[in-house]
Amino acid sequence: MDSKPTLSSRQRGRRFAIVALVIAAAAFAVITVGGIGENLVYYWGPSELREAGDRAVGASIRLGGQVRKGSIAFEPRSSDLQFDVTDGRSSVHVRSSGVPPQMFREGIGVVVEGTMNRGGYFASNRLMISHNNEYRAPGEKDKVDARKLMKTTEGLKKESGAAD
Amino acid sequence: MIPFLGRSLILLGLLAATVGSMVAFAAGTQRSEMGWRWARRIAYLFAAFMVLANLLMVFALLTHDFSVSYVSQVGSRALPVWVTVTSLWSSLEGSILFWGLILGLYIAAATYSNRNQHPEYMPYAIGVWLACAAFFSFLIAGPAQPFLTVTNPPMDGPGPNPLLQNHILMAIHPPFLYLGYVGMTIPFGLASAALLAGSLGHAFLRPLRTWLLLPWTFLTVAIVLGGWWAYEVLGWGGYWAWDPVENASFLPWLSATAALHSAVVMERRSILKGWTTTLVMATFLLTILGTFMTRSGVFNSVHSFTQSSIGPTILAFLAVALAWSVALLALRIDKLESEGEIADGRSREGAFLLNNLLFVLFTFTILIGTVFPLIVESVKGVQMSVGRPYFDKMAVPVGIALLFLMGIGPSLPWGRTTSLQMKKALLPPLIGAVVLTLIGLLLGVRNGWTLATLFAGGYTAQVTLREMWLPFLERRRRQNETAASAFVNVQLGRGRRRFAAYIVHAGAAIVIVAIAVSSTMGSSRQTQLLRGETATIGPYTLKLLDVDDRAESHRRSVVARVEVSKGEKRVAVLSPAMNYYRAQREPIGTPDVRTTLTSDLYLSVMNIDPASKSVGLLAMINPMVGWIWMATALMGLGGVMALLPRRRTELTPAAEPQPSARTLSVEPVAESPS
Repeated sequence: MDSKPTLSSRQRGRRFAIVALVIAAAAFAVITVGGIGENLVYYWGPSELREAGDRAVGASIRLGGQVRKGSIAFEPRSSDLQFDVTDGRSSVHVRSSGVPPQMFREGIGVVVEGTMNRGGYFASNRLMISHNNEYRAPGEKDKVDARKLMKTTEGLKKESGAAD
Repeated sequence: MIPFLGRSLILLGLLAATVGSMVAFAAGTQRSEMGWRWARRIAYLFAAFMVLANLLMVFALLTHDFSVSYVSQVGSRALPVWVTVTSLWSSLEGSILFWGLILGLYIAAATYSNRNQHPEYMPYAIGVWLACAAFFSFLIAGPAQPFLTVTNPPMDGPGPNPLLQNHILMAIHPPFLYLGYVGMTIPFGLASAALLAGSLGHAFLRPLRTWLLLPWTFLTVAIVLGGWWAYEVLGWGGYWAWDPVENASFLPWLSATAALHSAVVMERRSILKGWTTTLVMATFLLTILGTFMTRSGVFNSVHSFTQSSIGPTILAFLAVALAWSVALLALRIDKLESEGEIADGRSREGAFLLNNLLFVLFTFTILIGTVFPLIVESVKGVQMSVGRPYFDKMAVPVGIALLFLMGIGPSLPWGRTTSLQMKKALLPPLIGAVVLTLIGLLLGVRNGWTLATLFAGGYTAQVTLREMWLPFLERRRRQNETAASAFVNVQLGRGRRRFAAYIVHAGAAIVIVAIAVSSTMGSSRQTQLLRGETATIGPYTLKLLDVDDRAESHRRSVVARVEVSKGEKRVAVLSPAMNYYRAQREPIGTPDVRTTLTSDLYLSVMNIDPASKSVGLLAMINPMVGWIWMATALMGLGGVMALLPRRRTELTPAAEPQPSARTLSVEPVAESPS
């Protein structure tokens, strides 16, 4: 049996704990929601990227589509390259830095990570090849399903050494 | 023949699990000795069916019986034997069958080890385990049936996903992961049973701790093995990317770790009963959620090798398990009343409480970040993901706080203490903290978070070493024993659980420090090399010697031979490769890593051409990565040490260890028997 003083001190302690928990939970919610909001990565195809307009500038984007035939241009004496990503309706010009993966070529499904630049091109620091046995590279006129590409991309991971 | 036999075994397993569950619950409510005995027998029977079904599948795989649907899906005559055996868990249907095997073995083992104990609640536990078993048998028998008959069996099959046959770790990582994941069913059953029977005392805690610690140890090792596999196979040079599938295994680990700690407080203070039980149940729910996330194909993930329609079924099971857990906790809220209280926050129990809050916070952060894209997609139809910076930003401060707390907590005594005693315990480890920070500064660490990690790590290292050896030194001083005998008597004898806990702490501290250093102190470069050309990274010069084309039974490898020299001295030849698998359009790269005590040199092929002898190379220097693997082994060792059965079995229940409340004396050498 608790004596009265302990009971009240226990109650006080409990009330204090509840208040502390509520404050902590609120702070946590604010930080979490803010943190998520700042770090969203959008999965878009060229059409969606065009529709987004200025919102695309500076946002983290994974752009999925097909490498347009005849659009690949390698920068001389560096591993950088330029090409167009298309979904059959619109296309986006991409400047990519870094060595391209083995399977990179015209007409293949790719996902590039980066952001839209003020200069009207997509600056990418990561180029990934979509690979799936069931996925058939569509013809020029077919619409490319960017979402399907995203789900089948290999090596979606970021280089850890580049962190910070 | 085999498909029919396999289906029969699965159905018998489903029947055994269903009947056994009902028998066990009846035995619990009726308090029937005979019912309990039968429930145990049926539990063993279920395990036997699962073992047989899995053996049958392995037999079918090894004999290339393509009339079995699963074999025709993942089998191939060209595979080495080890790949054939591991393809048991390389695709959805087989992995659920394998889940059944592990669940059966766990249920049989837990049933057997408690066959003579806790008759008041153990029948319920068997009932819950077998109910879960019935669900998974249903999955195997229905939506994920691996034993379907193929009417026109092909001559040969495609083999498993090449990524899964590219490294030997794929033979080790999945079994460990399943042993961790599936094992969480056992503590869930124990917690449910204890709530049903209303017995949440020490009789409940002892089996709970054992059966929580066992899967926890497997899960700890499995998570890191997964990272190791990604590091050795995927070729992007890292080991963790906050990928949904990785998070799926990390979430239950976090809540289980919290539960292991709160169980200690529950044992010592008879408080946090509801909290501990909730954490145990949440851990199980998180494993089911993780299974849903990884098995339903709802996520974009590098690890999602299997996508199928079993998602809704698992989601329904998750809903039932959640409702069951909430209902039980609500039903027994009266039994969860604390018998004690925390007198002073500046105490061991206060530190434990803070630890628990941090772990739960951590769990929620990761959970929200992982599930958020799903919610947005289902509500607004927009596809997105939460980027890695979110997870890093949340995990880094919490990780450092937990690391620091591993040093603060063990320094504080149970109960109340004076400021002087507190200073005496808390101030000396600052030496370790400053020393490690200075070492970091000397070696060029400038990142604030990394320095903070080193500070906390040094503090915790000193405390851990002190606490580890204190009982040993105390014993030697008092008893005048030889070092060997004192070690055996104290560290491996009565104080083993305590010693083991600090071994795990030491491992965890090293892992956290190594992660901080490796993720901020590395360097990388990409370059295109022709034969004979060189590139430099850090202290190394890389020279492309040649590009070879090698044919193997199940693949063709194009290998870049890269000479690594440091100064004038040649230190190694690394062979990163690109592998081409049959029936697979895209090649898979295999990095090559040179591990030294301080750092790894990591070479990965981005593209390779044997004709022009040119290679696109990703070269990285990753400091301290090897420490993560080694320290995880240490954590596993600690877990095993804590789990080993005691030599002397106690006939009388262990007396409640009464902590000396007002003194900072050395803790009793044996921190309560396990």
